[in-house]
Amino acid sequence: MESLTLTDNEQKYYSDLFVYCDTDNTKKVASNGRVLDLFRAAQLPSEVVLQITELCGATRLGHFGRSQFYIALKLIAIAQSGLPLRVESLNSVKDLPLPRFVVGKNEAEARHAALYQDTDSQGLYPASATAVIPRPPGRGHQNKKGPPSSTSLPPEPTSPVVSPHQSPPTSPPSWRKHKRQHSGGNAERQPVVAATGVVWTQFREPQSGPVPVEGMWSSHSPPPPSQESWVSFTADTPPSSALPAMHPSSVQESTTIRTVASAATTNEIQRQSSGYDDPWKITDEQRQYYINQFKTIQPDLTGFIPGSAAKEFFTKSKLPILELSHIWELSDFDKDGALTLDEFCAAFHLVVARKNGYDLPEKLPESLMPKLIDLDDSAVPEPTADVGYSGSPVEVTPNKSPSMPSLNQAWPEMNQSSEQWETFSERSSSSQTLTQFDSNIAPADPDTAIVHPVPIRMTPSKIHMQEMELKRTGSDHNHPTSPLLAKPPELSEEAKLPASMKFVAANTVGDGYSSSDSFTSDQEPITRQRSQSGTSPEALKVVAPPPPPPRPHPSHSRSSSLDMNRTFAATTAPGQPQPSTIAYPPAVPPRPLPTQTSVPLTGHRAEAEGAPGGGAVLTTTSPQQIPQQPNFADFSQFQAFAASEQPSSLPEVDIHSEPGQVGCYMECAKGSSGPLAPPPKPIRRRLKSEDELRPEDEQHGPQKSNVIAAVLATQPSIPRSVGKDKKAIQASIRRNKETNTVLARLNSELQQQLKDLLEERISLEVQLEQLRPFSHL
Amino acid sequence: MAVCIAVIAKENYPLYIRSVPTQNELKFHYTVHTSLDVVEEKISAVGKSLGDQRELYLGLLYPTEDYKVYGYVTNSKVKFVIVVDSSNTSLRDNEIRSMFRKLHNSFTDVMCNPFHNPGDQIQSKAFDGIVSGMMVQTG
Repeated sequence: MESLTLTDNEQKYYSDLFVYCDTDNTKKVASNGRVLDLFRAAQLPSEVVLQITELCGATRLGHFGRSQFYIALKLIAIAQSGLPLRVESLNSVKDLPLPRFVVGKNEAEARHAALYQDTDSQGLYPASATAVIPRPPGRGHQNKKGPPSSTSLPPEPTSPVVSPHQSPPTSPPSWRKHKRQHSGGNAERQPVVAATGVVWTQFREPQSGPVPVEGMWSSHSPPPPSQESWVSFTADTPPSSALPAMHPSSVQESTTIRTVASAATTNEIQRQSSGYDDPWKITDEQRQYYINQFKTIQPDLTGFIPGSAAKEFFTKSKLPILELSHIWELSDFDKDGALTLDEFCAAFHLVVARKNGYDLPEKLPESLMPKLIDLDDSAVPEPTADVGYSGSPVEVTPNKSPSMPSLNQAWPEMNQSSEQWETFSERSSSSQTLTQFDSNIAPADPDTAIVHPVPIRMTPSKIHMQEMELKRTGSDHNHPTSPLLAKPPELSEEAKLPASMKFVAANTVGDGYSSSDSFTSDQEPITRQRSQSGTSPEALKVVAPPPPPPRPHPSHSRSSSLDMNRTFAATTAPGQPQPSTIAYPPAVPPRPLPTQTSVPLTGHRAEAEGAPGGGAVLTTTSPQQIPQQPNFADFSQFQAFAASEQPSSLPEVDIHSEPGQVGCYMECAKGSSGPLAPPPKPIRRRLKSEDELRPEDEQHGPQKSNVIAAVLATQPSIPRSVGKDKKAIQASIRRNKETNTVLARLNSELQQQLKDLLEERISLEVQLEQLRPFSHL
Repeated sequence: MAVCIAVIAKENYPLYIRSVPTQNELKFHYTVHTSLDVVEEKISAVGKSLGDQRELYLGLLYPTEDYKVYGYVTNSKVKFVIVVDSSNTSLRDNEIRSMFRKLHNSFTDVMCNPFHNPGDQIQSKAFDGIVSGMMVQTG
């Protein structure tokens, strides 16, 4: 049907009528019987009625939906005003008087209609709306009330206030009185009250059941469930009617209740006019009552009522457990098994409503939603903290916390999104992505494994350093390069060189890691912390929110090479420019070649220092370092470079620091001519796969040291170019540091792989042991 | 989309079982019952290796011609069983996991209800809603 525009008057009137006809309390469909009665009461010829039903579409549908009903009513009004029945006239006819319904079955209806007619003026409507209730509750009680109410009829039409003359039989007289008080000038209520008083007795019996012993329940006594008229008149505050509602047994207590309810009804009336559409709003009086009840259980208004206490409390209401369970589900907003004040009020309200005969809603009505005041955004950033924990229901709680902004409607969506959170965290925990975070930013507490990850925008070199540092933290040993890594910011600090060189000296990459005390002592606290905390890969996991195993997949040797490939790829980038930059010789003293990881760094340091003394130190330290340079084949390149440029001995040092590859070694030997800057490590690495590296590491450790020593011995004194270009030196220092970090990371990775392999081996051996008995069978 | 969803208590009696009504529900009841054996087996097997931490999601318990059965067990030995149609190949493991997670969440909400006694049948509209949302939306 076409859309129907109704004036406010009409809207309210029709709504009331609809509710009246809504005998099944479905709120959607008016029962045909009632509707037809109503139509007949309109005193229209039956064929007109038929026509109306057809026009409104009820015959099509077979029942009267709300829209059909409204249309029908409007058509009735049209017909009553003598206009032809047209669908188009529905919206076109302005100032249509409200449809009149003769008192057929219900005097009240006529009265109501009359009243409505009388109160056509808008000004009166609000007042009348308050007492709109009028729908006689009907069913069986109407007849009883008929006579008595009729007495009060005569004065009614004159009163501007539409009072529920035929107010629901069970409507507490007190309530009526209040109405009288507030709806000005309804002194004629008295007879009505008396009449209803009679009716009251009838209801007493059916109500005897739910008479609770508890005083509080009696004060809450709901009207009999057949009270669907409550629906009509408040159309909004049915529970509020509960308060003034008089439990039959509590008529005696009516005085007290009245005093309480008087204010309530005031509010109720006001609310009726204002909250027309909100049947679940809690009046202030009710809220106060609920709060008082809350206090009896939990004196602290900001505290919780535990579930068990709430259970006892609400069980007293004698509602079936199933319904109480449902009420609980609705009202426990944060699903914590306890009720806050708001939740308690909502639950109480629902109980009252249910006692009044209202069906429990499927979802918590908006007005009952607990006020979510603390809107910390814990819900959103939570996942970052939750990352790393397997997806469990516990994870849902951050989203369900009361901190959720009052997206009450969005609650179901939040539940859905909580799922997304979980999947996110689960996914992230299994992801292997290694995000770069500034591990340097350690928390104040060095022992916490949880480091606030701060992503850094990095240059590639810094990325390497970070990566290396991350990897290093995962290693079990205090890698001497870690301090060096920590120092990238201080690249230009030449003072660090000697310290780092000492560390280098102390470093033995191979098996034993003699982390010198000087190393640790000189270490920045952060780095040391990291080393300490990095004793397990978990530290790394915590650092990076998607906690990637810093190592490549432990069980696959090949997969580790993937990581290396990434490393290579990452390092090649910086590696690329390096050869060119390396070209020119930072007049560097002879580098301690062999310590591969340390070499670049030592190269840095040596460069910066520019002192021959550094060279001596370097050489001494070199033998102790196990070169991990994968591909020293590249040295040939550098050799060429070096040869062409005749840079300082720096390159030579690097050359010498080859891993014990024979070929490289040879190059080393003849590489004395060509010093080259250390940095080409990344390139070297690229040429070598990690697999080759690993065995090399283990095999060539001792070899390398020998090689290094030999090379060093054979090396003539390295001329140092006089013209040191400070900037070039520093640049090369930087480069060396970068390569150093890269190599350090490589080292740590290899170490990790070694560990993994050992673990595998052990597990395999265990399995073998287990299977051994079967071999005998 | 599941064809049948069941929640089984620790003592292996059903707390909640719901099937797509179009089919013979008894068949699903039997299926769920037999799946319990597989669940027990998986629990005991895993329990040996990892004492403290056990994966809640058990995965595919066993496939039949018509459908697959997935299992999930909580730390309190309450088991969730989902039966899905084999023809529904689009269901990935992740989705099954998410279904179990949702079930678990709703289940904890039900447990939090003080009016619900553990061991009782689950009569919660919210839980029903969640389950219905997961069932095959057949006409």
